[in-house]
Amino acid sequence: MYKYDEYDQAMVDARVEEFRDQTRRRLAGELTEDQFKPLRLMNGLYLQLHAYMLRVAIPYGTLNSQQMNMLGHIARKYDRGYGHFTTRQNIQYNWIKLEDAPDILADLSTVEMHAIQTSGNCIRNISSDQFAGAAADEITDPRPWAELLRQWSSFHPEFSYLPRKFKIAVIASDEDRAAMRLHDIGIQLIHNDAGKLGAKFFVGGGMGRTPMIGPEIRDFVPADELIHYAEACLRVYNRYGRRDNKYKARIKILVHELGKDEYTRQVEEEFAHMKTLGLNPPVAELARITEFFPDPAYDTTANDELDLTDPDFRIWVEQNTHPHKQAGYAIANISLKPTGGIPGDASADQIDLMADLAKEYSFDELRVTHAQNIVLPHVKKSELYALWQKLDDAGLAPANLDLISDMIACPGLDYCSLANARSIPVAQKIGQRFSDIGRQKELGELKLKISGCINACGHHHAGHIGILGVDRKGVENYQLSLGGSGAEDVSLAKITGPGFDEDGIVDAVEKVTDVYLRDREGDERFVDTYRRIGMVPFKEALYD
Amino acid sequence: MNLLTGNDLKTGDVIWWAGDKGWSLHVADAADAGDEGEAILAREEAARRVNASYIVAAEATGKGPMPLHIKERVRASGPTVRTDLAINTDIPIVNA
Repeated sequence: MYKYDEYDQAMVDARVEEFRDQTRRRLAGELTEDQFKPLRLMNGLYLQLHAYMLRVAIPYGTLNSQQMNMLGHIARKYDRGYGHFTTRQNIQYNWIKLEDAPDILADLSTVEMHAIQTSGNCIRNISSDQFAGAAADEITDPRPWAELLRQWSSFHPEFSYLPRKFKIAVIASDEDRAAMRLHDIGIQLIHNDAGKLGAKFFVGGGMGRTPMIGPEIRDFVPADELIHYAEACLRVYNRYGRRDNKYKARIKILVHELGKDEYTRQVEEEFAHMKTLGLNPPVAELARITEFFPDPAYDTTANDELDLTDPDFRIWVEQNTHPHKQAGYAIANISLKPTGGIPGDASADQIDLMADLAKEYSFDELRVTHAQNIVLPHVKKSELYALWQKLDDAGLAPANLDLISDMIACPGLDYCSLANARSIPVAQKIGQRFSDIGRQKELGELKLKISGCINACGHHHAGHIGILGVDRKGVENYQLSLGGSGAEDVSLAKITGPGFDEDGIVDAVEKVTDVYLRDREGDERFVDTYRRIGMVPFKEALYD
Repeated sequence: MNLLTGNDLKTGDVIWWAGDKGWSLHVADAADAGDEGEAILAREEAARRVNASYIVAAEATGKGPMPLHIKERVRASGPTVRTDLAINTDIPIVNA
């Protein structure tokens, strides 16, 4: 993992003290709320439906056990005993006191963490593949690149006041586990025909009220020019992105309105100019960063066989582990989606346990996924059974990864001041309706995503089944959509028709799964069947 | 009726204006501000007794004043999915 150098630490420590003074001045009445609000937001502190909410950055979703323990400590000492892992691979605390916020940031800084750029119209936390450095299918570890982008984008003076927030994802495999093409910039590291490392750039993706899939604007940017190219993309956006209308200010609108070709032309022109300035980070800097991401000291003699005689363990292994690049190891996914639970929530005790298990079983590493789960990336297969038993004892072993109950759900109207409807109760009811694991496995991979408002934090546009909560004359109503995907087969879901009430949407989900079970062919997933047979059979089941 | 609400500056807690009694965590204590809401809020914000305040439309019920909109009822209640953390669990969230 990357370790702060003296400059990193000094910057974060200085920001803590700056915010401590700003908070003191606000509490003393020297700053008004209008003056203070942008300052607290720059430090991840929102005022939400019930209290202040603090969003802590977890760069590219990677953290060690010491950092995870700190997240548990904050949940226990400053919040109400739990935290919420988000679709941006971050964590949020829902019950923060303003007077505690500087102390929390100070505590975070002791483990090289902060909440900088988790809000505001700046480049947000860089996201990446949660299996980075462990996946058998990646061409290189994308985290050094994500870290380089993090350093470049942190406090970047030119990009601190963009037209709107800006999200970048970096992956290094054809399988997209990070919803890369639904980011403002999606970067896929690739080898070109000559075997040289570089990147494909996709720009102008996003969800929200105007969902768009980012088009490819460059099929190969040489690795040593990647920052230059990203900077050129940002410069064109910063220059021409709309600042007159918040709802048209994201880069996806600019790319759409200019057209991909014209936007690309302008980026290329800016890129050519950028290259004359010599501002790209030196190759030696990337090499320095890369040294922080070595492979762990794997036991190369580790047994690759697994004893699957325990049927419950076998189901968990089948569903929640992923092939590792190193023989004898597996990637273990910890589902934060227990039946009837709150997607992404973990108690302080659970957070501490996951930290302890990372230390004991996974070379001290954890990852947060955009699907609101946790990953232990490097677990020896011979130790998986012991790990699973400890997870199971703590309620952390639902064997439902990528099944219907592994839902993404935003906090919704239970916590969020922007929401129009509650998301979590719908997720809970669907989870209970489909609680039988055999039934879930029969349905196979089925990504269900729920948002409580049009801002789409719950990624409903990218759900095989998507649910959007709306306010219809003061009453919660839920629109159903089908056919979305945030993966390499990226697509945007389409609305089925009129919405449903809270119980009706659960019935509706069941009806569309029944259509799938009736009409599927071979090994088709739900989304495959939808793509083959279209919307009509689903609409007939829902509305006739 | 018009209720006044906002957040406690230090703690962030949702609070309701209770007339002479100051600010309360419980919507049942809330007083009708009538047409004086803007003036009261300006005064209370300036004194830092409330933060991010605004006026909420409500109706009188057998359980006391009840916000008309679901969002305000959730604010008054606390998270409906964590009733252990809710402060006013007897508030009907839906179809009040």
